[in-house]
Amino acid sequence: MPGTTDAFISLTGATKSFNGITVLKNVDFDVRPGEVHALLGENGAGKSTLIKIISGLYTPDGGTIRIQGETVSFSSTRDASKRGIATVYQELLLFPELTIAENIFLGAYPKSNWGGIDWDTVRERSRALLDSLDSAELDVDTKVARLSVAQRQRVEIAKALSRDARVLIMDEPTASLAEADVQRLMDVVRALRARGVAIIYVSHRMPEIFALADRVTVLRDGALIGTKEIGEVTEASLVAMMVGRSIDQLFPKPEPIIGDVLLEVEGLRCGRLVRDMTFSVRRGEILGIAGLVGSGRTETALTLFGITPAEAGTIRIDGKTVTIRSPKEARDLGIAYVPEDRGQQGLVKAMTIRQNVSMATIDRLSRGLFIRFADEAARAVEAVKRFGIRARGGIEQPVGQLSGGNQQKVVIAKWLETAPRILILDEPTRGVDVGAKSEIHAIIGELARTGVAIVMISSELPEVLGMSDRVLVMNNGHLVTILDRAEATAESVGAAMTVAKNRKDAA
Amino acid sequence: MAFADHPTARRSERSLLHRLYSAYGQEAVILVAMVALFVIVGLINPRFLSPENLNTIFSGNAYIAVAAIGMAMIIITGHIDVSVGALIGVLATISGTLAVAGYPVWVAWLVPILVGMAVNALVGAMVAYARIPSIVVTLGMLSILRGGLISVTGGTWISNLPADFLIAQKRLFDIPVPLVAMVVLTLLAAAWMRYFPFGRSLYALGGNPEAAVATGIPAERRIVAVFVIHGFFAGLATILFATQLQVIQSTVPPNLELTIITASVIGGVSILGGSGTVIGSTLAAILFATIGSALIFTNVSAYWLRAVIGLLILATVLADMLRRRRTR
Repeated sequence: MPGTTDAFISLTGATKSFNGITVLKNVDFDVRPGEVHALLGENGAGKSTLIKIISGLYTPDGGTIRIQGETVSFSSTRDASKRGIATVYQELLLFPELTIAENIFLGAYPKSNWGGIDWDTVRERSRALLDSLDSAELDVDTKVARLSVAQRQRVEIAKALSRDARVLIMDEPTASLAEADVQRLMDVVRALRARGVAIIYVSHRMPEIFALADRVTVLRDGALIGTKEIGEVTEASLVAMMVGRSIDQLFPKPEPIIGDVLLEVEGLRCGRLVRDMTFSVRRGEILGIAGLVGSGRTETALTLFGITPAEAGTIRIDGKTVTIRSPKEARDLGIAYVPEDRGQQGLVKAMTIRQNVSMATIDRLSRGLFIRFADEAARAVEAVKRFGIRARGGIEQPVGQLSGGNQQKVVIAKWLETAPRILILDEPTRGVDVGAKSEIHAIIGELARTGVAIVMISSELPEVLGMSDRVLVMNNGHLVTILDRAEATAESVGAAMTVAKNRKDAA
Repeated sequence: MAFADHPTARRSERSLLHRLYSAYGQEAVILVAMVALFVIVGLINPRFLSPENLNTIFSGNAYIAVAAIGMAMIIITGHIDVSVGALIGVLATISGTLAVAGYPVWVAWLVPILVGMAVNALVGAMVAYARIPSIVVTLGMLSILRGGLISVTGGTWISNLPADFLIAQKRLFDIPVPLVAMVVLTLLAAAWMRYFPFGRSLYALGGNPEAAVATGIPAERRIVAVFVIHGFFAGLATILFATQLQVIQSTVPPNLELTIITASVIGGVSILGGSGTVIGSTLAAILFATIGSALIFTNVSAYWLRAVIGLLILATVLADMLRRRRTR
């Protein structure tokens, strides 16, 4: 049972900073054999840094790591894995073209007498591992490419167990699972706990935490807020620990000036995750889109912006029906999209702030065929000032060298250069430190007041609730409900995000 | 950084060398290396600096520099073309055949340029619309062109070229035409890449294609366009190549595509796309020729040329990777 033995691994005073920004300060954390220890915090609170230190991916700048009382230091994940620490990452790290058995023993194949790989043993032991995870339906010779996400996750767990994992780190293991698979995973976790494995469980989902965890640790802004026995906390007290302040203080929302309907979407469809979306956004309004990962929020944005053009449905802007088949067409209609993954879709990191800011408007900044460098630089200087972008090299600094928050400001600045009428923001503050976060929120609020219609996708419930005039909730590609600011609470939105899912699955 | 092209970047107080490197990077380094080579080898063997030898170095290799301009653009956009050597061989044969057959010389010059653009439009379309990696498309094109050329010509030489066809042997204001062409084309292309939105969009596509598309840059059209431009430069390079001697060998010059790609890369064009300049590629093309000639004039076996160039490639790519690690 929990807490009956001493910690298997413990960290004291763990500290880590990147480019002078401290992301983890002086955190103590431990996990005992046969315990599920939940790790909670908002995005950017330091959870992933902490688990990366435990798994050997990062070396802490300060603090000590002890395993069963002995001080250790990991210089690689290999070191950590030798000491029995395994991680099941959010993005599963399996090789799709190899079989289940090959994946489980990859890098640690048992050898036969003559030095070759002993395939019989590989298959037998894989079989035994999968059986122990209650996964008799998985054939060890199946290619991983043919497995579902939930099945792949079990293969990852089997892989960890094959290395005699004593500590298993699970990073948001249920983020992309259907409800039935969640239950099954929770059974697996319980079975592992019963076997004496120490489990670090990172999740946002309160019901899971209360169903599984023995203890819970909350981080905020890189600092330890507290470690409690699960019996000592309630959902409300955990949220208070995570957020620190009440939502009203966190999101000082200016009084909105809401005008006419600007964007109307009717019966929008694209693929599996955008099914019959019908909604509208007014000038000056912030429409928040809430939903679990994989519910179709980003896909809706990509469809509106023409990256994956709609298969059916109508889009009207200012009452006129429009067709959007490419980002260029969307841009020319006055739509801007600040993507979820700024490194992937938002920025060219090798280019300077000046060149990134002007990227969407370069044609307008040109006279004849020539780029007007003076105007381009002036716009960039203005953007740096307006958004408080902190860059030592000024506008000539490559954006790859900026912090996450400043990179995000560059992406927003780039799109505001197009003077958009409709601004779609996808996770605008993900991976952004707390200070920059509230600056970005202030920018969004101010923009809405100038009459821009804003669609804001966010996985952070407090952000959605704090910023939005209305909240649209999506689930499994469908629109569940649209709530007014007054009706939208953590409970009502949370219920719409999850309850509807069960109903849809049952149907 | 090759991007630091605005005056405000240069206002800060830094040393001349540092400023040169941060504004022109690899280009400045190559220029310094080339000047040093001329001085040192010139001291060892003054004949190295004779007008005849300088003409051989600059004019004789101008076609490589011109082809490397287009190649630099292709690599900056995040693609590659391994068929350009074979294309130049084919275009040279077409050009020579037309000239010998009695067509006006302007036809013999223009047709290969147009054919080069057409062939590369096809390559570009397959890369952009069918989304086949450019290395695969151009490998296929390499085989087709090389095989087709040998089958059709049987490897014969074209001779009896009309005198007014041989433009590479002429002079303009007493300067050899290839040298004029190389300098003018390099400067025009450099301006195109730096001052025009088109050039900027190529850097964006090479640096992060997904972000470039999300920003509204029409990737497919730009890719086809840059391949067509590359075909144009390959055509021009062909004219310089085909008219420098009295005969045209109807085969593909060995390793020409590698020499051209290498010139771009050593000139500071990142092989991963997104950075570099055409000035660098031209300077590097001339640097090779200088090294090759220097080896001869210092009585070192010319076989060392390949090895030296190989070392340069590795050193350049290593420097690029280190620079990237800093920005990421």
